[in-house]
Amino acid sequence: MNGVHDMGGLQDMGPVQYEKEEPVFHAPWEGRIYGINSSLFLLRKWNLDAWRHQIELLPPADYFRLTYYERWLLVNEQLALKHGLVTEKELETGEPDPGSAKATPALTAAVAANRLGRGIPSSRDPKVPPQFQVGQSVRARNLSPTGHTRLPRYARGKLGIITIDHGVYLFPDTNAHFQGEKRQHVYSVRFTARELWGANAASRDFVHLDMWDDYLERA
Amino acid sequence: MDTSRQTFLTAAGATAAENVAHGQDHEHEHQAVPSDPALRVKALESLLVEKGLVDPAALDLLVDRFENKVGPRNGARVVARAWVDPAYKQRLLADAPAAIAELGYTSGQGEHMLVVENGPKVHNLVVCTLCSCYPWAVLGLPPVWYKSTAYRSRAVIDPRGVLREFGTQLDEDVEVHVWDSTAELRYIVLPQRPAGTEHLSEEQLAELVTRDAMVGVAKVPAPGGKA
Repeated sequence: MNGVHDMGGLQDMGPVQYEKEEPVFHAPWEGRIYGINSSLFLLRKWNLDAWRHQIELLPPADYFRLTYYERWLLVNEQLALKHGLVTEKELETGEPDPGSAKATPALTAAVAANRLGRGIPSSRDPKVPPQFQVGQSVRARNLSPTGHTRLPRYARGKLGIITIDHGVYLFPDTNAHFQGEKRQHVYSVRFTARELWGANAASRDFVHLDMWDDYLERA
Repeated sequence: MDTSRQTFLTAAGATAAENVAHGQDHEHEHQAVPSDPALRVKALESLLVEKGLVDPAALDLLVDRFENKVGPRNGARVVARAWVDPAYKQRLLADAPAAIAELGYTSGQGEHMLVVENGPKVHNLVVCTLCSCYPWAVLGLPPVWYKSTAYRSRAVIDPRGVLREFGTQLDEDVEVHVWDSTAELRYIVLPQRPAGTEHLSEEQLAELVTRDAMVGVAKVPAPGGKA
C-alpha cells in the first residue's frame, strides 16, 4: 500500500529531535502496552506482518499525530477485536461479557523469563532455491500492491547489486494477509544514492535494502 | 483490502464530523484517537487480565527487562570485545547472532543480525524507513528519534545532513552506507575504536561505546571527549 508509513526520501519532516538521557518508557503506560502487545502476539492469532500492516492502516493524519506507543494501543485494540479476543462491548465497558470463557495467558512470567524472541523461523532451507546470485545486477520491480509490502517506493524501478544472500524468509506481502508464507530468499541489495535520488546525490553514498525474490527482476 | 481500509478510515480515527460525512450516526469510543492513553491502557490491561489473556506479572517482567537489563550496554560489550579480540571480531562479522550469543545476549529482534564495520573511509548508518526495526537484543528498545518521521524519511536521502544534526561531520571522501531494515535482518554498527585508547581495558572501552555510535549517527568519543 502506498501509505504515509513508507516515508523514505521525504524531505519536509524537519530536523531530528534528540532527547538526552531518554528513558526507555516515558510513562508507565508505555511499558504496559509494550507488555500487552507481547502477550497478545504470543497467542498467535496474528503474525508480525499482519501487525505491521494494521499500523499502516491507521488513517494518515492519525499516523502522524499519534505517538509510537499510542499507535500500539490502537492496533492492539483493533487486532484483539478483529481476531475475536475481545468484543466491542468489552472494549467499551472494560468488563468481560457475562458468561465469556476465561482463557489462559500465553505469556506468563515464567514464559517471559525464558524467551523474548518472536520465533522467526530458520532462514536456512535448502529446498527453497535462490532466484538471484551475489554480485548480480538486479532491478527492484515497479509494483504498487494495495496490501502490505516491504518494498519501499523510493527503490522501485531502481538498479542495484546483490551483495549478500540472507537465506529464506516468509514473504510479508502474503503472510500479512494470512495468504501463505511463500518462503523465498532475501538479499541485501546495494543501490547508489545517485541511482535512487539523482545526480545531485553524493557520489560515495549508498543505500542497502533487504529484498525478497519477488521484489526483484534481472537487470 | 479495500473494504478493511474503508472500515478503518471510518472507524479508527474518525471524528464525529467525519462520521456524519460518511452517513454514520455513532462512533465507537474505543476506536477513536486516545485522549488519555494511560487510562485507556489501564482499562485494556484490566479487561485482558480478567479475560485470562494477559498475565500482569509477565508485563512487570518485560518492563523490568527493558528498563534495567537489556539495553545499549549489551551492544557496547560486544563492540569492546571485537576491538580487543580480532578473532572475536571476525566471528562477529561472519555470524553476528552466534558471536553475540557468546556473550549471553539472545533475546528478541536479534534472531537475524548483521554487524557492519566502520573504517577510516567507510561510515555505516542504520534506519528503518517503513516502521521501527531495531536490534533489541543488543541495544534495547529504540529511542524516539529513531522512530521519528524526521529520521526515517531523511536518513536515506540526506544521510550526511542527518549526521551533521547529530554533530557528526564526515569528510567528502568517506563512503556512507545506509542500511534500511526492510526485512527481518537487524543491523548494528561496529564503530571505529578511538585513538588514544590503547591502554584501556575491555571494560573501560565498553564504557565509551554509545548507543548512537552503534546506530551509526555518531562516532565513539575518545576518553578526553573528542570524537
